[in-house]
Amino acid sequence: MPEPTREQERELYTCVIRARALDVELVRWHRQGIIPGFPPSIGHEATQVGAAAALDRTRDFVFPMYRELGLALAMGVDILGYLGNHNGDWNGGSFDPVASRFTPIQSVVGSNGPHAVGWALGQKIDGRDGVALACIGDGGTSQGDTHEAMNFAGVWKLPVVFLVSNNQWAISVPLAEQVAGGSIAARAAGYGFPGVAIDGNDLLAVRAAVMDAVERARRGEGPTLIESRIYRRGPHATSDDPGRYRTLEDERRDAGEDPVIRYRRSALERDIIDESFVAEVDSEAAVWLEGIRSYLTTLPPRGGETLFENVYAELTDDLVEQRDAWAQDARA
Amino acid sequence: MTATMRADSDGTSRTTQTLSVQQALNRALADELEADPRMLVFGEDVGVLGGVFRVTDGLQARFGAVRVFDTPLAESAILGTAVGLAIAGFRPVPEVQFDGFAYPAFDQIVSQVARYRYRSRGRLPMPITLRVPSYGGIRAPELHGESTEAFWAHVAGLKVVSPSNAHEAYHLLRASIQDPDPVIFLEPKSRYWQKSEVDLARSGGVRGARIVRPGTHLSILSWGAMVDRALRAADIAAEDGVETEVVDLRWLSPIDTATIAESVGRTRRAVVVHEAARTAGLGAEVSARITERLFDRLRAPVQRVTGYDVPTPSGALEDEQIPSVHRILLGMQRVLEYRRG
Ligand SMILES: Cc1ncc(C[n+]2csc(CCOP(=O)(O)OP(=O)(O)O)c2C)c(N)n1
Repeated sequence: MPEPTREQERELYTCVIRARALDVELVRWHRQGIIPGFPPSIGHEATQVGAAAALDRTRDFVFPMYRELGLALAMGVDILGYLGNHNGDWNGGSFDPVASRFTPIQSVVGSNGPHAVGWALGQKIDGRDGVALACIGDGGTSQGDTHEAMNFAGVWKLPVVFLVSNNQWAISVPLAEQVAGGSIAARAAGYGFPGVAIDGNDLLAVRAAVMDAVERARRGEGPTLIESRIYRRGPHATSDDPGRYRTLEDERRDAGEDPVIRYRRSALERDIIDESFVAEVDSEAAVWLEGIRSYLTTLPPRGGETLFENVYAELTDDLVEQRDAWAQDARA
Repeated sequence: MTATMRADSDGTSRTTQTLSVQQALNRALADELEADPRMLVFGEDVGVLGGVFRVTDGLQARFGAVRVFDTPLAESAILGTAVGLAIAGFRPVPEVQFDGFAYPAFDQIVSQVARYRYRSRGRLPMPITLRVPSYGGIRAPELHGESTEAFWAHVAGLKVVSPSNAHEAYHLLRASIQDPDPVIFLEPKSRYWQKSEVDLARSGGVRGARIVRPGTHLSILSWGAMVDRALRAADIAAEDGVETEVVDLRWLSPIDTATIAESVGRTRRAVVVHEAARTAGLGAEVSARITERLFDRLRAPVQRVTGYDVPTPSGALEDEQIPSVHRILLGMQRVLEYRRG
């Protein structure tokens, strides 16, 4: 498995920093009333950017959930379109999922697993070697769909990587009350494919594990379940109050080293980056953030006609009638 | 749609054949598998067995186990797999084995299949046709005889189709599979073995509703297995000089309001017949549309002849739930004898 080049690592570092910086800003922008709500991915950065680094953006496909900002950034998804899901512009985001190879953001926990399976089956039928990455949370592993997806993928030996971001919490419910037996990775045995538990705060370890799983899938050897052990360092979403179910002391004790700080430390130690690169990335991130902020604050209201588009390939008679009635009511 | 002329064993080209609904559906699947290499048929027991109703009989032998395949027993994943296949550019035609087992797939159908085109702003269409052996009438066990059309018709993004005879089954299934949008295709299982003439070449039109029997005194609006009963009621009423128009809705979403309004606008009396429970059933939607368009013209309030608001009953009570010809006649009588107070 190839080690990342220095240049690649610098990109990974840039991406991790931007993911964190945007998360922090989005929470702030929520408080300023710029966006209605947002599920921060603070603590997920190493897992997300590391996983994306293991994928081939020309042939693989990501089936994300809703907490995938770093993964989207690292996959090159149009981030303004991505934020559309969170700023109330468009369900699922308005980026192009085909060009991004990243499906619309998913609200229903667990439901994306079977989609990854279907897409992977399509790869197999077409004799292609793309791999589907299904993103699931620890809570999401309790869903029947996750089980059904893993079982289908195991029976059919499909090229799917199930990446479970085990951040220890499903809103207020801790892992021990969510997952019997405590190990998500161990479940893979029941589906007939390997399960590995990794330190998800270690970006390069995530990259390596996902790369192994992707290569296995490309060789036709089937799925892998990766349980990436991390910690949700912020609230579930901007509307959440973690103080009701965990204390600050708990957080300090359980969270371990911040994955962003850890990666910076590691990259500095290995001379991948230096202090001037760190400063450069920080200042470029600030400019980048300002661009996003001004986009969000000047976004024109979406035209009401778009309400009726794309429900079906063509407008039905009912929708034509309703759109006309809407237009008339809007004028009245 | 292009229909194929086929040479029969006697060497003549015939496009009209006597087929059961089950055979017509099987033929439609075969013809679409032939026509579109991206189409896939899958579900529980659809491969070697050919489906518990044999609708997929022989398809795996003919088209191979890549294009016609059995899945593990999990409806939500069957529909979820269809979503992923559609994203990968296939045209999935899954089956769930019985109406009541579409409930485990409800989330995938409603939250995913129905919305993917919209939420991806047209970039990820879902040309999925979900075949569901539907409705009662065969004394099957619990949850093998449900009428689910109102659930699906309520969901934006889905289309709902239900054929009433073999000719319609053949052409409507082909049209559904060719449709760029997701279609829930409800097969009236009590009619699977009913044979009738099927013109494979001429569909007679596959969009919207169809007037099956013209009449002037009242219109019966129904679909699926109930169309046959409506026709029988119309025959009996004809002996008393009542000329009943029977409309087969066929597309339960989008509903063909124009044809309904055209028919009821002429006859000025309407009876809606369905076997699903009454409350919030499609009969309510059809009557509301009639009232919205024809309030001044109606000679009587729209009557509904439907199942009762009870769970689909067991075989012994099934005939009480499903509108009988007798109950349809009583409903017709009520609109015909209605007098303004
Ligand atoms: C099917 C479903 N049920 C409930 C919810 C509401 N909900 C949103 S996130 C969440 C917790 C999910 O936890 P987990 O899968 O561990 O992911 P995390 O949010 O921790 O990243 C719940 C219950 C949902 N989105 N989908």
